[in-house]
Amino acid sequence: MPEQKVVEPEELLLKAPREKKFITGSQAFAEAVKRANVDIAIAYPITPQSETMHLVGDLYAQGYVKDYYRAEEEYGTMSAIAGAVRGGARAFSATSGPGLLRGLEAIVSWPGHRIPVVLGVMTRVVNAPLSIQPDNVEIAYLLHSGLVVLHAENQQDVFDFTLAGFPISEKVDVYLPVVVATEGFFVTHAKGYVELPPEDMKLPPRDPYKAPVPPTDCEIPPARIQRDAPVQKSNFMSYLIHAVWQQEVWSANRRAMKWIYHYLGGPIEVVNPDAEVFIVASGCAAAQGREAQRYAELEGLPVGLIKVKALRPFPEKEIREALKNAKAVIVPEHNIVGWLAKEVKAAIPNGGIVVDGPRVYGGMTLPVELIMDEVYKALGIKKEKTLA
Amino acid sequence: MKRYNIRIAGVGGQGVVTSAHILGNAMSAAGKYASLVPFFGSEKRMAPVEAYVRASDQPIYEVGEVVYPNVIMIYHPQVITHGKSYTMPFYTGLKPNGMVIINTDVDIIPEEDKQVLEELNAKIFMIPATQIARDIAGTELATNMAMIGLFFGITKLVSLEHIEKALVERFLGGTFVASGGTTALDSAIEKKFKKKQELLSKNMDVIKYTIKLAEENKWVEEEEEKVAT
Repeated sequence: MPEQKVVEPEELLLKAPREKKFITGSQAFAEAVKRANVDIAIAYPITPQSETMHLVGDLYAQGYVKDYYRAEEEYGTMSAIAGAVRGGARAFSATSGPGLLRGLEAIVSWPGHRIPVVLGVMTRVVNAPLSIQPDNVEIAYLLHSGLVVLHAENQQDVFDFTLAGFPISEKVDVYLPVVVATEGFFVTHAKGYVELPPEDMKLPPRDPYKAPVPPTDCEIPPARIQRDAPVQKSNFMSYLIHAVWQQEVWSANRRAMKWIYHYLGGPIEVVNPDAEVFIVASGCAAAQGREAQRYAELEGLPVGLIKVKALRPFPEKEIREALKNAKAVIVPEHNIVGWLAKEVKAAIPNGGIVVDGPRVYGGMTLPVELIMDEVYKALGIKKEKTLA
Repeated sequence: MKRYNIRIAGVGGQGVVTSAHILGNAMSAAGKYASLVPFFGSEKRMAPVEAYVRASDQPIYEVGEVVYPNVIMIYHPQVITHGKSYTMPFYTGLKPNGMVIINTDVDIIPEEDKQVLEELNAKIFMIPATQIARDIAGTELATNMAMIGLFFGITKLVSLEHIEKALVERFLGGTFVASGGTTALDSAIEKKFKKKQELLSKNMDVIKYTIKLAEENKWVEEEEEKVAT
């Protein structure tokens, strides 16, 4: 491994020269970890995530990561991650679908314990029936726990979001876990172009003393809830402690927004802002939406795209502003429940203009042609054979 | 914007996924754009395997399997005769004016399928790729090379040096992550050829042969008839 020099996150993420490589999404996760000055990575295999943590294991062998091991299963993995982070380490792990759900009890306790960490989530159907394909319904389970949730469209996003995830999570006014979700296979096992900064640069090490509470203070959360469990006692104090702490977690979650602007240029991206019909999408659905927007533009149709990069904190204000003149909103999704469509409807005063879909489930591909059908419908264009 | 949305259908052990990587890497070497999606699941010999490649002179955003291809490549006749594919019939989703490249010694397309393909104005190319691989490289394992060569021979998307670069990257580069099955297969091939270098040149010979085949048969696409979106 090359001798790495420590540079500020701004230098590494925003200023350093970048070189184009053609790599898989799993490699993009590993390239981010390589430059993130990670102390410990804890793995437990599950398809389609396994390759990522295997590559991170290679980084450990090469000396980029200080410690690495395979835990008992996901509950053990995520609990150990919490322990490592509370001990002052910078940590990384990743999981998928059923593995995520197995580790969920530990994962959703991270925000309350104020655990700054980055977790890769490579989507996979939630059983049953058993399948390994990239349905992304599991993201719905992550939206209501105080976690910061970013959703990557492609390999480039995977790299940028993962690397930026570390400084965002460790900001003293945030101090929450950051989830970087992306679709399994479509991104993890597929190759795309990624602009990478030099590999001889790395983030400054984690400074555990830059924490929202002094590490020695045992009377306020999170230290206190580690010392004993006041919330388990039925008294007025316990309700109060839990209530104010939830408020604090969600306030911290909202405070992550300014850092999402700082490191990632904001929580949304708008293509063709003066359009009449908008496609609003996140993750791979945004990639399909981007393609549909391009085809629509080639056909001279007034169609725009709003890509949602941050699902938590949810960019309600930004989406409301971008959709203020929209006549129709199409929300393509890779799940049956339509968790993004629900959020978009709730964010705007005229939720009725939101089209529920198109949606595919079970991890199947979302053909651009399906989105185009909705575009034609919204614009009242009759096509004899739209799938040509 | 010219765009080739390719669906490759074959059976396990034929190097379907490997050749998708080589197609993509050759486009990348030529400074063009490609994206590829292997479809995993049943990784075993003779079970259906599909891979998808998108190739273009413009950036590509969409991901996932190619549901509506304009190029279909069939690496094994059983994809058609035994229905060894994820989509039945084999031409499901083919867009008008596309092309189908089939590895077969004899014409195996049923009459009613021929009619549909005709209505879609599809070009059909059949070559005995496995036989060519046996004759030139001395192994069936170069079937995928024959198919890649024909595709590039017809489309002229990249030059020979770009294909060679992609092969070097695949067989000599250390960055490739593949499934266990593929790795085991690689070492079997390597033993067979003794040296990777020899493997490389034999593969290139097969590719050169089918590129020439496309030229001799006058299958090379004219500039204006290149597949549009």
